[in-house]
Amino acid sequence: MKVLVPVKRVIDYNVKVRVKPDQTGVDLANVKMSMNPFDEIATEEAVRLKEKGVATEVVVVSIGPQQAQETIRTALAMGADRGILIVTDQDAEPLAVAKLLKAVIAEESPNLVVMGKQAIDGDNNAVGQMLAALLDWPQATFASKLEVTADKATVTREIDGGLQTLDVSLPAVITADLRLNEPRYASLPNIMKAKKKEIAMKTAADYGVDVSPKLKVLKVTEPPKRSAGIKVADAAELVGKLKSEGVL
Amino acid sequence: MPLDLDTRTQLIDGVRRFVTERLRPIEAQVAADDAVPDAVLEEMKGLGLFGLSIPEEYGGLGLSMEDEALVAMELGRASPAFRSAFGTNVGIGSQGLVMFGTEAQKEKYLPGIASGEIVTSFALTEPEAGSDSANVQTRARLDGDHYVLDGSKRYITNAGRASLFTVMARTDPDRKGAAGVSAFLVPRDLAGLSVSKPEKKMGQQGAHIHDVVFEGVRVPVENLLGAEGEGFKVAMQVLDKGRLHIASVCVGVAERLIADSVAYAAERKQFGAPIASFQMIQAMIADSKTECLAARALVLETARRRDAGENVTLEASASKLYASEMVGRVADRAVQIFGGAGYVADYGIERLYRDVRIFRIYEGSSEIQKLVIARETMKRGG
Ligand SMILES: Cc1cc2nc3c(=O)[nH]c(=O)nc-3n(C[C@H](O)[C@H](O)[C@H](O)COP(=O)(O)OP(=O)(O)OC[C@H]3O[C@@H](n4cnc5c(N)ncnc54)[C@H](O)[C@@H]3O)c2cc1C
Repeated sequence: MKVLVPVKRVIDYNVKVRVKPDQTGVDLANVKMSMNPFDEIATEEAVRLKEKGVATEVVVVSIGPQQAQETIRTALAMGADRGILIVTDQDAEPLAVAKLLKAVIAEESPNLVVMGKQAIDGDNNAVGQMLAALLDWPQATFASKLEVTADKATVTREIDGGLQTLDVSLPAVITADLRLNEPRYASLPNIMKAKKKEIAMKTAADYGVDVSPKLKVLKVTEPPKRSAGIKVADAAELVGKLKSEGVL
Repeated sequence: MPLDLDTRTQLIDGVRRFVTERLRPIEAQVAADDAVPDAVLEEMKGLGLFGLSIPEEYGGLGLSMEDEALVAMELGRASPAFRSAFGTNVGIGSQGLVMFGTEAQKEKYLPGIASGEIVTSFALTEPEAGSDSANVQTRARLDGDHYVLDGSKRYITNAGRASLFTVMARTDPDRKGAAGVSAFLVPRDLAGLSVSKPEKKMGQQGAHIHDVVFEGVRVPVENLLGAEGEGFKVAMQVLDKGRLHIASVCVGVAERLIADSVAYAAERKQFGAPIASFQMIQAMIADSKTECLAARALVLETARRRDAGENVTLEASASKLYASEMVGRVADRAVQIFGGAGYVADYGIERLYRDVRIFRIYEGSSEIQKLVIARETMKRGG
């Protein structure tokens, strides 16, 4: 079974994000970039499937700048087998990403796509769903547990108010939630070995997909500053405040 | 061979992440328990930290000295007790074998050392042989196809967990000093070898030193490391490399102390302003940063020269001397910048202040480094 894992290079989750003074976007100059944490979870899950003998090959795909090679290398160091980088100059929108992935899937014919539920930069939570729709494949989003056999996947999903368990027939698109697993640290020997694994370099044009933006960003601003809290003397005052603020 | 930039960046990132996410959060616990948890030791093994300096053909990473130094600097950002857990496998406990071992000796031990299955110790110091390390009294007497070892070693790092010791012992009692000393690979399980309770130390709780006593320990002749009489040479070449590793750790700890000081100075307000706005605080930050940058440059330049095959005895001693004295001053200033909080255990600064004190003493005290530097400088004529 072949598993495809799309991975995105995003601003590192430890970095305090700053908006550019001209409000056109987020300042990425000299900022540490890493693999999207949800993609790391997806990669871990795919590698575990391989270690269990369920998957035979794990292919990672990234769409982004040249440096997204590093993100692919990270996945290769974790245990993925090979990578595909589709180089784009600008951050592709979810629909363009889904179309590119569809084109890759046409070439690679994986039995399963495991991907992050969203990327922590845009937090769109859209590509997995769009991809499943474009492919007309079953989807199971926000997976917190995954079991895969030859022709189906049993997925436990985190939904409002509880857990839902679904059977989806393969091929399918699964998106990973935070609690699916705890990704491993790539061992230092594997980081060194990852250098020797193959990364195929492509462009959007190779797949005939138009990645020009369809959305227009008007402006990007910092979230409003939270005002300082207040201390109340007792429960009665607290209830009074909650009422006057319209919470109760 | 040094790593290409991409691989090096990934390697350093991987170590940094492990240090930040796994080691830093449990520093206080490790100090209080005086133990690194087994689960963390297992993670260190899984990550490959025990094999940093073991050649690739024996299952290690075979890092160049420059890459090893960069990794050691990252590890310096966590309590030095963590590094000590695998420090002997990377440095003094394995390098004699890497440099002087026969093929059979290497095949037997290096893969286990690289994986962390075998923990190693380096046993040179004795009650009467500290700075005067050539004054080794432990005897090794040839008896048929065995050497019989008698004597005792002092302050041996990781002896409690070690299953293999590199032991310096005197094979020729008629030759005083360095010439009569040989090196041996001594497995822990040989009869007559015993390890004492750990010493109580000033800092680096979680790392342990012990006496190791040899009473008629029969070591097979094939465990002689290098030729008879070469033991001191083995020890000195091992220490040359070890000094660069220790100096790198000093740079790492200093970088961490500076980052902690800067963060605290920006937060802590007195006289209505962050203390970072006071020039006397800034002067301490500037002095610490400048000295730390100088040490970093010295260590990395020396590491590159060693990788290029040059003899760096002088420069390695200078690196160890300068970096260990530097981190002492940086730790002292960090306590000062933190004020009362610097003296109170909760902030961890006083702990690091105690932890770094040893760097000026072991693997050759500062005074001994100066003797080496002066001797080598005079030999070179400048
Ligand atoms: C935590 C720790 C870990 C250690 N780990 C190991 C280990 O794994 N293996 C091992 O073999 N040893 C180890 N040691 C021993 C360490 O290397 C020695 O303690 C060190 O070399 C100093 O020797 P000493 O303690 O006998 O001090 P001494 O040699 O007695 O020195 C006392 C003082 O005299 C000074 N001095 C000595 N000679 C001269 C001179 N000629 N000129 C000027 N000043 C001089 C010294 O610099 C020092 O200030 C460890 C020690 C400690 C505390």
